[in-house]
Amino acid sequence: MNESLEIARNPERLRRVAIDPVSRVEGHGKVTLLLDEHNHIRQVRLHIVEFRGFERFIQGRPYWELPVLVQRLCGICPVSHHLAAGKAIDQLVGVDRLTPSAEKLRRLLHLGQLLQSHALHFFHLASPDLLFGFDSEAGKRNIVGVLEKYPEIGLKGVKMRKYGQEVIRAITGKRVHGSGAIPGGMNKALTKEERDGLLIDLEDVLRWAEEAVALIRQVYLANPDYHHHFAFIRSSFLGLIQDDGALEFYHGGLRAKDEFGRPLFDHIDYREYGDYLHEEVKSWSYMKFPFIVSLGRENGWYRVGPLARINNCDFIATPLAEAARQDFMAQGDGGPVHSTLAFHWARMIEALHCAEGIKELLHDPDILGRDLVVQGEKTTEGIGVIEAPRGTLFHHYRINEEDIVTEANLIVSTTSNNQAMNESIRQVAMRYLDGRELTEGLLNRIEVAIRAYDPCLSCATHALGKMPLWLDLVDADGIVLDHLTRNSDGETAH
Amino acid sequence: MGTITIDGQAIPFQDGQTLIEAATEAGVYIPHLCHNPEFKPHGSCKLCSVKVNGRVCSACTFPAAEGQEVLNDTDELNEARRMITEMLFVEGNHFCAYCEKSGDCQLQAVGYFLKMTGPRFSYFYPRREVDASHRDILLDRDRCIFCELCVRASRDVDGKNLFAIAGRGIRNHLIVNSASGELEDSGMAVTDKAAHVCPVGAILIKRQAYKVPIGSRTYDERSISEVSLSAEAPVVAAKHD
Ligand code: SF4
Ligand code: FES
Repeated sequence: MNESLEIARNPERLRRVAIDPVSRVEGHGKVTLLLDEHNHIRQVRLHIVEFRGFERFIQGRPYWELPVLVQRLCGICPVSHHLAAGKAIDQLVGVDRLTPSAEKLRRLLHLGQLLQSHALHFFHLASPDLLFGFDSEAGKRNIVGVLEKYPEIGLKGVKMRKYGQEVIRAITGKRVHGSGAIPGGMNKALTKEERDGLLIDLEDVLRWAEEAVALIRQVYLANPDYHHHFAFIRSSFLGLIQDDGALEFYHGGLRAKDEFGRPLFDHIDYREYGDYLHEEVKSWSYMKFPFIVSLGRENGWYRVGPLARINNCDFIATPLAEAARQDFMAQGDGGPVHSTLAFHWARMIEALHCAEGIKELLHDPDILGRDLVVQGEKTTEGIGVIEAPRGTLFHHYRINEEDIVTEANLIVSTTSNNQAMNESIRQVAMRYLDGRELTEGLLNRIEVAIRAYDPCLSCATHALGKMPLWLDLVDADGIVLDHLTRNSDGETAH
Repeated sequence: MGTITIDGQAIPFQDGQTLIEAATEAGVYIPHLCHNPEFKPHGSCKLCSVKVNGRVCSACTFPAAEGQEVLNDTDELNEARRMITEMLFVEGNHFCAYCEKSGDCQLQAVGYFLKMTGPRFSYFYPRREVDASHRDILLDRDRCIFCELCVRASRDVDGKNLFAIAGRGIRNHLIVNSASGELEDSGMAVTDKAAHVCPVGAILIKRQAYKVPIGSRTYDERSISEVSLSAEAPVVAAKHD
């Protein structure tokens, strides 16, 4: 590991380089590199300034506002926050089992969200690097470039995303920031017309998802050694799992495996997450660093998200995705697949599973059911956990007898991947940047590593799939030696 | 009985009617927030401002009289109303994005009706308290626009006199007439009229949030002019029948 790169000795004597992407609401991320006079890398850190104020902001609000209120945490996966909070407030009103129709509607909604988020990430944000190469002309390395050079691939991405959004709209009334989950259920049944409307393009979506898996497989295997070793780190993995070991996104127990694929814990009731996961605070980052208690502070970090889920599950319950999973797992030689770029491959396998899962649910008669709400006895604590597109998402609330939130704790997926992203970019920095003049292409490699995790800070890159960068090379006296900028059109200048 | 004109259209009125009552009965919408024909006029929000023979008046308090020439739907008046609405938004803490009243809120609906895009003034972010002490009723003062409909309903219909507005300017706030100052021991009941008249999301029945899906809420398909006329015209007519 590159942990020595976390804290440099004598940092005051080193030059500082900052990769500072301008960000919006979800948080502001930047990378700092410290280099000595020979351009040797001495310290690498990813800083994500989370909007922690949100947890305080929630306090004092009535609990029934939560599912809609928390959607404002994120413009990309509001539905994940909506459903995690929805599950937590089910507990607050004493409901632990929804009606079949309500649960299936939530699952359908969640699959729509995963599909649109995965499609957005793969086609808009990741494909330019993968299709054109990490060093390709920066001005073309964006979704506009992809649409020009590979119009068919780009358009499929756009349409898959749109389909996911249509699923969301049919259930919540809006493509983003609608309403659906209420205490103990859902607020609207799916009409037959809405269901039939979603069936129209479904076969196309399934085919595109299959093609997307084939595409990433082909790209990855075109240069297997390079892709395998790029930003390579070994880690433990965490996620939800079905009772029977199947891949699960909406509800299940917690499973963690170590770097060799051996179980650390399994089928844990997620309401006990506090016994298995702790969060560490580090002086240099606003973001917390969660770790698996049994492995300790130093080694307990883990990865979440598509790669973790595919590594963790025993099988996938839909046939096409299961075949793709088996093919993928061969990369791991009997153990987990650790390659950071394999995240992209795993993500498309999940997208395929989403398309298959949507098909199953749309043909399930329960999906049109109108019995949507159950009631229970109020409690004062609720914990909702879900597999968001980027990984396991925890929402934990306490309320008082007046129905007002008194405590809130959220662990978002990007926080769980915090240490892993730091490790990955340290590996990249040592391998490609150490001792060299920094160029845009080299710095892009750092972003390629971060982007594989699809962290929320990539929200800033929405429009063109390009993080605006601002780099200063500063010497030990604070003198700016060099300056590199890249605007959101991908143009760089010294 | 007599006749006035509103924007050139002849409108009959009954003796004793205000301009807004005559207009409502004739199917002409005049934007309003603090007016509700079930209660005595209050005349505080000024959203119903019209021009009567060239003078600006509040339509909810101004009596109709023979031959008045009233201007209502003009660019100038609508611009003034838009500005008033924007001021109401910045004076409170109105976060439509997660407000449970969204889609059913008159302030929001009037904003849409007046084609308001966003306030041109800066937000005051006043500090106001939530009172969740009552088992079934939530008072979220952040959203209060001081229309005093709850004050009037409690005093004139429920006979309880539970609410009043206190403070001035930015410290304006709704107070509860109870020993603790909280709703819990005020004697307010969920069946009180005052629990159901708030045009915004300041007085709410608990645990009802988001039960109505998007698409079925009051103002999802119909504008406030339509909703308001169909609800209020019968109330006005019933007064003189
Ligand atoms: S609480 Fe509602 S009804 Fe009462 S004054 Fe405020 S806005 Fe008007
Ligand atoms: S409606 Fe007339 S002043 Fe408010």
